[in-house]
Amino acid sequence: MTEERDTDIIIAEDKKPELNSDWAGGDRKPFRTSYGKLMMWYFLLSDAFTFAGFLIAYGALRFSSPSWPVPDRVFATAPFGINEWFPNDQAPLIFVTFMSFLLIVSSGTMVRAVQEGARENKRGVVFWMLLTVLGGAGFLGCQAWEWNNLIAKENMTVTTNPFGTYTENGYYLDPETGEVTDEEVVEGETYLLHLAGASHGEAEEHEGEHSFEYSAEPGDYPGYVVDGLLPDGSVDQSAKRFIHRKYVIEENGEQYVRVQEFGPTAFGALFFGITGFHGFHVATGVIFLLIILINAGSGVYVARMNGYEMVEKIGLYWHFVDLVWVFVFLVFYLL
Amino acid sequence: MATAVLTTAPLQSDEALIEEFGYDDHFHEHHHGDKYQSNFVSHYIFSQDHKMISKQFLITGMIWAIIGGAMSLVFRMQLGFPEESLAWLQPVLGKWISIGPDGVGVLVQDFYYALVTMHGTILVFFVLTAGLSGTFSNLLIPLMIGARDMASPLLNMLSYWFFFISGTIMFASLFLSTGPFAGGWVAYPPLSALPQAMDGSGAGMTLWTISLVLFVVSVLLGGINYITTVLNLRTKGMSMWRLPLPIWAFFVTAILGLLSFPVLTSAFFLMMLDRGIGTSFYLSDIYIGGAALDHVGGSPILYQHLFWFLGHPEVYIIILPAFGIVSEVLSVNSRKPIFGYQAMVFSILAIAFLAFIVWAHHMFMSGINPFIANFFVIFTLIIAVPSAVKVFNWIATLYGGNIRFNPASLFAIGFVSMFISGGLTGIWLGNSALDIQLHDTYFVVAHFHIVMGVAAFFGMYSGVYHWFPKLYGRFMNETLGKLHFWGTMIGAYCVFWPMHYLGMAGVPRRYYSFDSFQTFGHFDGMNKFITIAALITFGFQLLFVINYFWSIWRGRKQMVKNPYQANTLEWTTPIEATHGNWPGKLPTVQRWAYDYSKDGIDFISQVQPTMEGESVEH
Repeated sequence: MTEERDTDIIIAEDKKPELNSDWAGGDRKPFRTSYGKLMMWYFLLSDAFTFAGFLIAYGALRFSSPSWPVPDRVFATAPFGINEWFPNDQAPLIFVTFMSFLLIVSSGTMVRAVQEGARENKRGVVFWMLLTVLGGAGFLGCQAWEWNNLIAKENMTVTTNPFGTYTENGYYLDPETGEVTDEEVVEGETYLLHLAGASHGEAEEHEGEHSFEYSAEPGDYPGYVVDGLLPDGSVDQSAKRFIHRKYVIEENGEQYVRVQEFGPTAFGALFFGITGFHGFHVATGVIFLLIILINAGSGVYVARMNGYEMVEKIGLYWHFVDLVWVFVFLVFYLL
Repeated sequence: MATAVLTTAPLQSDEALIEEFGYDDHFHEHHHGDKYQSNFVSHYIFSQDHKMISKQFLITGMIWAIIGGAMSLVFRMQLGFPEESLAWLQPVLGKWISIGPDGVGVLVQDFYYALVTMHGTILVFFVLTAGLSGTFSNLLIPLMIGARDMASPLLNMLSYWFFFISGTIMFASLFLSTGPFAGGWVAYPPLSALPQAMDGSGAGMTLWTISLVLFVVSVLLGGINYITTVLNLRTKGMSMWRLPLPIWAFFVTAILGLLSFPVLTSAFFLMMLDRGIGTSFYLSDIYIGGAALDHVGGSPILYQHLFWFLGHPEVYIIILPAFGIVSEVLSVNSRKPIFGYQAMVFSILAIAFLAFIVWAHHMFMSGINPFIANFFVIFTLIIAVPSAVKVFNWIATLYGGNIRFNPASLFAIGFVSMFISGGLTGIWLGNSALDIQLHDTYFVVAHFHIVMGVAAFFGMYSGVYHWFPKLYGRFMNETLGKLHFWGTMIGAYCVFWPMHYLGMAGVPRRYYSFDSFQTFGHFDGMNKFITIAALITFGFQLLFVINYFWSIWRGRKQMVKNPYQANTLEWTTPIEATHGNWPGKLPTVQRWAYDYSKDGIDFISQVQPTMEGESVEH
């Protein structure tokens, strides 16, 4: 700014390099991109910070907890009896892998829709967007099943986490200290101990019967029964009140039925909070995809002659939602 | 200075230059229908014109400033004069004034906290974020970069209306029977996360959270628009290095908001879950009335981290627009180019970057690791460097200038004074060791009120006085303006300077009364003085409000397009504002915005091409 004082040499303005760049103003656009697309990018940038906030909260709570459930154990069920094809009826991560695959594939179809848009091919846009909508809706359906399964069958809620902790080699961790206990996990069926039926008197009549089930510590949990092992009606399914998950464990060569402590409550809250927020994004995306699909089908974008930019913008959003899922998948299902 | 002989004097008029060199975007060939200014509703209410939206933000911000300021007077009166009866406020405050057996009306303690909380929330978010950045970004970005309007006028309109709804909800919370939220504007858990913690934590906090989430939406819609407009809608020749400094400031402000407010949304979302469905993100091992709650495993410190990740950039969101406005006003009114233009831009960028890595200096006493605190101390203290660059550049701009002392420039100079006073105490507070004594005392209150409250207000006033003609085609009354300035300048120092002494003695902030602390007894007189000073200073602000509304209809008319002999593009638009800003072509920018007193010419508009024999700088 100051070096060229006291000089009368004239430099032609257009020789200034900054005035020949994309940043010079007028018809030139930074990044050679329309403002609409830029706005979507900026929105995604801010949304990325929202999710970053959540994932940092996840990290903070998880690492302040001495133990954490092992995802392979938590997410081991699948619909249509598919988990029965696997040893011990445990299908670790099979279902979530499928639903993630569905979402990723829908990103692929979205790419095709954008490509057809650039070619101004209306039929192509509509076809590929339709597939994308199906992928998104399918993902939401899978998520609904997963949530339903976790809440209704596994009794995992935002305040209760029945899943304790295993080490990777199959030993329990103490939920208070995080240290490895000498209790080894034996593969086998697990049960939930439910509050005994509406009439507690009845439960007490069966006291002898189900105390057999807790052979390790008889009498520790009077009034609770193991679901499925007693006559119908003795289990109060509606109450959803249960204490501990029951496991078969092995100690000194002998098998015992043991109950496991609840895992950290933050697990359920984080899971439902963050996957819920992501699901809300997917649902919003599906709605907007549908609106733009209908617009594209009715020829609104033909007249604009801008290569179906609207499709491209919703495409950016859709890929972003997929990308976020990759991170959500990483922290909840893999780590 | 250059001594070259200029051959093109007298300069051509701006209209002629725009006609000759301007950039034809065929704006007026398109039919814009009734979208903009045709009827009352689309012109004044659901307006999509950036100038009208700017006025909406400003006037809404003023209303909130009066409400928020009046709240502070009420709690100051209680604090300064606890023995005086406040019964006369009962017609307004109703049950929040309790009248004792001796007939002395006092402010109910819970409501004292509610007022402190609301004062902070309103001033920080509604006045100094929306009212400042919302007003001036909207008004100046399109006018100064040579754009017809914002990139998306629709989102711009929505930005205001989300702000409006947000404000309405917050306003409604004032009338709850349990009172508005009272746990401090930072809303730390557990007071905020447990609805049963105190009266205001119930419905009051629910409305507070909803209101602020809507406010975040407003900020994001506005911010995305500002960034996009600055990047993509600059007129021909307006390269980034020719942007006037206010635009740089608004641009960076919008980026800060875009990146920090979403994290606040995350924090509030988790807060809502804690409050609504019993999760334990922020809560652990809590007893209420001797009974343990179910919440276990959460961390209130987590909330503080998430909150201050917004909260610290937020103070720069508040002060950066004032930086920009002051730079422009000082340059125009001292008839000198801004000193160190590029240094000004880089210091804004440096401050913005550092803003993201210093948040934990608000948490030194919250139990964070003292070792980690060291890093935050260092980065905090480094902010003094770009801040000092700015201060010295403003002073150097004034130095040797042919200064016009009008309300705008007085407030700009006052801003520099406030920024220095408040900035220096920031260096104290940035020290984690000193913070042991000073945290949560009146020292902190003094620091942030001076450096970001009063200073940002000064920037805002400076901008309103300066650009009032662009809003209404009239000038504000200068005598009243100067009176307003001196009253505010002296008054604000009288209010906040003594607080430093209170704070150094350890007087804690937010307390309802210091009766039970004998050691603070000798500050009673000082507290009375502060309260009286606050009442008088507030009175001077009403002078501004009267001046503002009087001048809209009765102010001196703007007779020439460019009354301040300024260089920037907004002064090349017609006096009577129209949609699209320029009646014909868009101006083409030929030079930077600060060619004042160059080559013996008082000012050279940005639309003036390089003249023969001119010394070349920009």
